[in-house]
Amino acid sequence: MFTPKRAAFAASLLLAMMAGASLAETPNFGKPIDEAAIANWDISILPDGTGLPKGGGTPAQGAPIYAEKCSACHGDNGKGAQAAALVDNRPNIEIAGISASQKTIKGFWPYSTTIFDFIRRAMPFQAPHSLTDDEVYALTAYILAENKLIGANDVMDAQSLPKVKMPNRDNFIIRFPDRI
Amino acid sequence: MANSRNRNTGGQSLEPVAGNGLIDRRALLGRGMMLAGAMGGGIGTSSAAAGAEPLADDPWSLEIGEPTPLYQVPSKFEAKVVRTLSNPNHEPRNSHSRTPHHLLEGTTTPNGLHFTINHGGVPTIDPDKHRLVIHGLVKRPLEFTLETLSRYPMISRMAFVECGGNSAPMFSPEPMQENVQAIHGLASCAEWTGVKLSTLLEETGIDPRAKWFIAEGADSPRLSRSVPMKKALDDAMIALYQNGERLMPGNGYPMRLLLPGYEGNMNVKFLRRIKLVEQPAMSMYEARTYSPILPNGKAYRFYFLQEVKSFITSPSHGLTLKGPGLYEISGIAYSGTGPIEKVMVSADGGQSWAQAALQEPVLSKAFTRFRMPWRWSGGPATLQSRAWDESGNVQPTRAEFVAARGELPKPAPVLAFPNQHYNSITSWGVGSNGEVKHVYA
Repeated sequence: MFTPKRAAFAASLLLAMMAGASLAETPNFGKPIDEAAIANWDISILPDGTGLPKGGGTPAQGAPIYAEKCSACHGDNGKGAQAAALVDNRPNIEIAGISASQKTIKGFWPYSTTIFDFIRRAMPFQAPHSLTDDEVYALTAYILAENKLIGANDVMDAQSLPKVKMPNRDNFIIRFPDRI
Repeated sequence: MANSRNRNTGGQSLEPVAGNGLIDRRALLGRGMMLAGAMGGGIGTSSAAAGAEPLADDPWSLEIGEPTPLYQVPSKFEAKVVRTLSNPNHEPRNSHSRTPHHLLEGTTTPNGLHFTINHGGVPTIDPDKHRLVIHGLVKRPLEFTLETLSRYPMISRMAFVECGGNSAPMFSPEPMQENVQAIHGLASCAEWTGVKLSTLLEETGIDPRAKWFIAEGADSPRLSRSVPMKKALDDAMIALYQNGERLMPGNGYPMRLLLPGYEGNMNVKFLRRIKLVEQPAMSMYEARTYSPILPNGKAYRFYFLQEVKSFITSPSHGLTLKGPGLYEISGIAYSGTGPIEKVMVSADGGQSWAQAALQEPVLSKAFTRFRMPWRWSGGPATLQSRAWDESGNVQPTRAEFVAARGELPKPAPVLAFPNQHYNSITSWGVGSNGEVKHVYA
């Protein structure tokens, strides 16, 4: 806790420290780096599609990848096993009760881009970052099609994926707007 | 003289101040003499202890002890003071370890007992190779090493970190018979030392379009969260030290984001990248996991804040009182908004309350220890604590919380996270046999 006296002392100390240098100068130990050098690490994707890579994939291309690399944990056809179900087959999906079990991709996830983003950054659990961007698009397409959110032949790519409207998108309340 | 003064003061302060045996908090904290004198029967009054065994020397007083270790660990007699693990066999899923609050005192969580949640194991990061880059909507992107960051002006502060899913067992419609470690163990408090994020952003410059930054870890799932720039320019820091030593591997070694008062998951560990952006990324953890569903079917987004909360750690579920008499009720209070203002304690399930003593220093966004003297009559008692923070926020009763946020139709597994951001009053029921159990009241 700063008392006024200590704050004043800190301020005078800061002024003394800055006296020999130009104002607001920081130590400047940061090494300049350009965006091209960061590109390999920059996997951020925004809900409007910013950051989505080139490439694409279809549900049919995703099905065998899913069977080989995902179904052991997420179950056949995304029905769930020791890891969460990815497909919600309920005819009328509505949020019933406060349990996180309601948070299915189809019933809860507000943005389709989050599916691509999470697969690419974190899946498969034991071999993350082993999928190509095309494979991630294909898996995203497969999950969306199994959930009947896109057609069986729809291609998912940087243009089409952000346009997939998720049913629960407008069902959120910002908890503390003044903190944003 | 002294005796009579003690007796007089004691006589006043040991008057009950609330139902079922709560005693004025001023009987504690610096008035130990008075309390000791008033405990009755024992100290100072029974001069004739006839038949007591003569004191003898134990072996450790008669031989040379163990050599001094390079890094000391607790006594072997403290082997039970450990975290509990949700995934002890390292199965391919996330892994939680919980702080044993019922076995600790004070306000600082020892580093080995700080809670952790990791979503892809604990990475083994070579500190000499680790890099932090800050880019996106900045004037010049920069890269920092641990060594260069260590040359920046540092600050130290106490701060609690709490998982947004801590206390989730209390969404159950009946009180789960679990101890304070299982229920509230995903919160800990440490002194963190590091560099303020705002200091580094002065160096990169900020494009005025930047409203958020995305923080990302170097762990295998590249855990990623979006944080408002408001927090970046307030008290966000890049933490390098935890209670004076380098971060523990499970707590983010060699560097983590620290956002005092904000949900644990946002305090990205193994931090390697910060990207300034115009809009949040809606990562899985913000779009899904930490968006709690409300009873009307809508969900809160960007909850961020760990709201005012307290719980009694002693006595608590699983402990047994050894007989009627004087006890100290002790617990932890904290708020993501700022300092704790007061904590009230009840021994009769909320019918009457008395103000607990707060252990100084009371620090913003840090654990505050509260204490309350209590004389247990030997009959049933229900112990509760309720905290207020300096912004005027008050910890809700369970009824108030359930009315606003709902509860589950049936109990969920204790390790599950059926919902998030639970902060209502915790109740411990004391039976006539001295057993303490989790109850709702």
